[in-house]
Amino acid sequence: MDPENQALIKRIVEERGGDDIVVMLGAADAEAVGVAAETVRDGDPAWVGPLAGVQLGLPVLHVFEDEVKRQADASVYESQIGFFEMTLDVDEVKEAMKRARGDA
Amino acid sequence: MELKGKKVIALGERDSVPGEAIAEVARSAGAEVIEIRTECFV
Repeated sequence: MDPENQALIKRIVEERGGDDIVVMLGAADAEAVGVAAETVRDGDPAWVGPLAGVQLGLPVLHVFEDEVKRQADASVYESQIGFFEMTLDVDEVKEAMKRARGDA
Repeated sequence: MELKGKKVIALGERDSVPGEAIAEVARSAGAEVIEIRTECFV
């Protein structure tokens, strides 16, 4: 996760608290997804960004996950995400999210 | 996790799903979107 986004998330949590905040990702690269999930939960694993050593413990979901799709309006989901579901590796992303959460 | 009432930070990517598309989905699930970003790795 780039340092700008790390700084943004850190600022939001400092200003509003972490209650009810959820980070939702859209990256398609499994490694990037895993690193982003780890960063907002346990801190920047590369120890270079503003979240180095900062454990925010924020929940993370990916927009491809069934948990998101199930709760979204079906027509909105199809119009916004349908194309990407066809062209990107959805299963790989889902597996990466499970691994990042320790579910797999 | 119930998304309704949650505050969502939408972090998209230019070469995959952009932040605005994530935000639309989150709003349709009843969440409040408090920040939208689209990363670019080029």
